[in-house]
Amino acid sequence: MITTSEILETIEMISQQHLDIRTVTMGISLRDCGHPEVRACCDKIYDKITRRAEGLVRTGEDIEREFGIPIVNKRVSVTPIAIACEGCETEDYVPFARTLDRAAKTVGVNFIGGFSALVQKGFTQGDRKLIRAIPEALAVTERVCSSVNVGSTRAGINMDAVALMGRTVKKTAEISDGQGCAKLVVFCNAVEDNPFMAGAFHGVGEPECVINVGVSGPGVVHSALKKCAGEPLNVAAEVIKKTAFRVTRMGELVAQEASRRLGVPFGIVDLSLAPTPAVGDSVADILEELGLESVGAPGTTAALAMLNDAVKKGGVMASSNVGGLSGAFIPVSEDAGMIRAAAAGKLTIEKLEAMTCVCSVGLDMIALPGDTTAETISAIIADEAAIGMINQKTTAVRVIPVPGKTVGDFVDFGGLLGRAPIMSVNPASPAVFIGRGGRIPAPVNSLKN
Amino acid sequence: MKAIVTVIGRDTVGIIANVCSLLAQNGVNVLDISQTVMREYFTMIMLVDTAGCKVDFAALADILKKDGQEHGLDIRIQREDIFEAMHRI
Repeated sequence: MITTSEILETIEMISQQHLDIRTVTMGISLRDCGHPEVRACCDKIYDKITRRAEGLVRTGEDIEREFGIPIVNKRVSVTPIAIACEGCETEDYVPFARTLDRAAKTVGVNFIGGFSALVQKGFTQGDRKLIRAIPEALAVTERVCSSVNVGSTRAGINMDAVALMGRTVKKTAEISDGQGCAKLVVFCNAVEDNPFMAGAFHGVGEPECVINVGVSGPGVVHSALKKCAGEPLNVAAEVIKKTAFRVTRMGELVAQEASRRLGVPFGIVDLSLAPTPAVGDSVADILEELGLESVGAPGTTAALAMLNDAVKKGGVMASSNVGGLSGAFIPVSEDAGMIRAAAAGKLTIEKLEAMTCVCSVGLDMIALPGDTTAETISAIIADEAAIGMINQKTTAVRVIPVPGKTVGDFVDFGGLLGRAPIMSVNPASPAVFIGRGGRIPAPVNSLKN
Repeated sequence: MKAIVTVIGRDTVGIIANVCSLLAQNGVNVLDISQTVMREYFTMIMLVDTAGCKVDFAALADILKKDGQEHGLDIRIQREDIFEAMHRI
């Protein structure tokens, strides 16, 4: 029998510490939706998504009520459209984005991921058409998320794609007043089973349909750490590990239940600490609880490394099916503590870059001045991709060059995407480096120093 | 199906009687009760069996929640599995 204190502890985690299932994401293969005609192709995509995900939102809500645990988001990810729609005889891929948006609205999910291309080694015709369509696709749709993988440890970095994505991010910002960039991620070593947006897509090695669950709980970790203030860091690591175990067990339970009810195989639990702009749901607060005056101070990278590793250790004990990104997220605009530190000048892009070496995922939800050049954005992408390539981990860039805004201004993205101060960027130009194009070859995997 | 009912709030006369009669009206069998008053706060935890419940689980949860709000109490019902998963290896 479960004890009274255990029951009350669980209820406190849910009611006061923001413990929740961040997302139940259904991955759907669109590989059988190809057709030479655009209209027919769109119809097949729409029919398949709405058929497969018909019960997703309702099932999520039922589980939410029975277990008394909030499931914040229900989402869908699909096969990268550059692959699924390559056989279609068209130059314009925007209609596919509109179809995904329409399907997302019909089934009631708030985001759909997979307007994506994987170009780490080079472009196919479909990849080029997709990337060309990204700015307009993100401007005319509401719920579609896009991602492009430009590098990997095995393939190196496609610097032509890096240059192209710098221009694409810039153009997306210009025609969507910055908002579109919040739904566009540039990856290195992208994972195929990530349930979190905006980078989710249904990889080509995935089954026909699958349920992936993303758990969260920065507030729970923070509260647990408060109880061991002043203790050595190995004690704190142990507390984080135990908390991550509990959070992940809950994620596994919900994933198994959703999988059973929907008749869809269970894929993975992604045990990421995903912050939200709500007070008490911040990764920055955890780092500060460990003893830093502010996130961004010297010591931040070490604290984050310990946090990230302890979360994984607790998680892998709790579930045999851990996958996705699994780690701590550090999206600036979505974390009240990060926003505070960035606005006070205590957290810089350079420090954030260092932090991405030891956590998932990358430079995330960072607002840049509107006059940041495409080459500078490309170079930021290249730096981040290099960290991922060399360290054999996923890294990503989701930056927003906000038109008409400059350092010191604030920008509001609304809802879960939060608000962010415009951060300053090193003004020295990388234009010639980016202009060279070509590829950075795959790295050697020994002699590791 | 086994579920856990938790009732938390300021102590007043008749809380147990009220919650138990609500459960009985809906065909829910109470298997175990533990109750304590910490300072002025009342905390009751009940293990119940919803196999014979006349309404669906979500409706029962709403009935309890609404009744709790009327009496200044936080009343939740959750499937027992979630506590097992979180606290037992």
